[in-house]
Amino acid sequence: MQTNNTAIIEVENLVKRFGTFTANDNLTFKVYAGEIFGFLGANGAGKTTTIRILSGLSKPTEGIVKVVGFDAMKQSESIKKNIGYMSQRFSLYDDLTVIENIRLFGGIYGLSNKEIRNRSDELVKDLGIENLRKRLVGDIPLGWKQKLAFSIAIIHRPKLIFLDEPTGGVDPLTRRQFWELIYRVAKQGTTVFVTTHYMDEAEYCDRICVLADGQIKALGEPSNLKHEYQVTSIDELFYRIVKGEDRV
Amino acid sequence: MNLALSCTALSKKFGEISALQNINIDVERGELFGVIGPDGGGKTTLFRILATLLIPDDGDAQVLGFDSIKDYLSIRKRIGYMPGRFSLYHDLTVKENLQFYSSVFKVDIEKNYGMIASVYDQLKPFANRRAGKLSGGMKQKLALSCALIHKPELLILDEPTTGVDAVSRIEFWNTLDSLKEDGMTILVSTPYMDEANRCDRIAMIQKGELLYVDSPKSLIDNYSEPLFAASSLDRFVLLNRLEQVPWIDLVYLCGQEVHFVLRDVKHDKLLEYFKKNEWGDVTISQIQPTVEDCFISLMKTR
Repeated sequence: MQTNNTAIIEVENLVKRFGTFTANDNLTFKVYAGEIFGFLGANGAGKTTTIRILSGLSKPTEGIVKVVGFDAMKQSESIKKNIGYMSQRFSLYDDLTVIENIRLFGGIYGLSNKEIRNRSDELVKDLGIENLRKRLVGDIPLGWKQKLAFSIAIIHRPKLIFLDEPTGGVDPLTRRQFWELIYRVAKQGTTVFVTTHYMDEAEYCDRICVLADGQIKALGEPSNLKHEYQVTSIDELFYRIVKGEDRV
Repeated sequence: MNLALSCTALSKKFGEISALQNINIDVERGELFGVIGPDGGGKTTLFRILATLLIPDDGDAQVLGFDSIKDYLSIRKRIGYMPGRFSLYHDLTVKENLQFYSSVFKVDIEKNYGMIASVYDQLKPFANRRAGKLSGGMKQKLALSCALIHKPELLILDEPTTGVDAVSRIEFWNTLDSLKEDGMTILVSTPYMDEANRCDRIAMIQKGELLYVDSPKSLIDNYSEPLFAASSLDRFVLLNRLEQVPWIDLVYLCGQEVHFVLRDVKHDKLLEYFKKNEWGDVTISQIQPTVEDCFISLMKTR
């Protein structure tokens, strides 16, 4: 992918504590513009905590966190306006139609009526769902809903999008179609920060970071990491790193 | 034959939509039986009928020898059901959830503890934590404990490992293996094909229809197409290129490789084609399919 050396996320010595519990224990990493960055870890390793901080929903206890040029400690509102976010629990409204959902989110992100009109036409055409425009989102198949949620999450053309387990519970064929969509967007220059429990999907990332016990245990290109750990797949790498820890 | 489950011509509609059409499945006692298929294919509808939570429009379902409509109370006492969504009480603690389920089934936790020991022991340090505050893997362990506490003869698990990390998934399936060894019948749906591979038999359901029932091994043995794996530096570019090749008709990503089915020509002809188009460093080799390849092939050709 067209990665260059401009960091779009800069995290230095990030610590997040909840009472006496340390969820993020001194994380330091960068994500570069245009990258597909895979953020892996066991359940309870601290992934969600980090994503909430990076997307401006929670503040670090200690450390420096900069996202799309803004400081997570003081400028979280500016971060929220300049990123996209999609999780496995869709943010779409089931009882609104496809087009109404697009309009709603376009409005929330402050697009003008004209922009919303143009982009919604573009979006439904791109996805090939012109015929579903007036259908309630609750009535369209899950695979389409997912693609729609993704497209809506980038309707304001953010430089960075967070995808939190976007393919959780999705069948093998639909997962692959979704990744082709991710790749297309990355090709156009959007940085993608993605979490997944499917280790074959980790292979599709430019770089991955493996979190365990709130700490970064591995960070790098999948092929280099496999070489370094002398394993044949990320599945094996993950098992080796995570199995060592006492998990909650 | 001693059947745990027997569905005959089972059908269910929701309004205009056919969720299940004429489903016939028999599951033997002691079997670990997997159900796979795309979202909205009908898996959950089937499980809800078998768990006596939904009445079919047509056909008949026998569960542990009881009729799913007439004898639903007898069935409910004898099965453990874990729905797809986390269904425990978020604001009760781990221990309180377990106590609640054991009281519903009128069983003694101490007496039946052997049933859940291997799963619940790992939860013990968090006995006083609220269920809503558990991580994904731990929630699944608690849900499984609650589904097992009354010693069911049949366990129905609807995507129990969705959202669960790769290591916890392996542990979860090791637990299923030991339950099976103790004689339990397990019906489980999953989007993970490595899990489908661990079942005795798998059924594939798409658009409410049963496409296939057999062992993972026969599924793989019956794959008759010449399947290849290709790799090069940028696999997405490779994917887009391979889609343009005339003799290739099934192309998809698979981890670090791109898999495809090659028709009519030998693979040296393909290499020549790569060379002619200056595609650079592409390596290909013929491979054995996995359950995942079979799934994609079945779904694409339908």
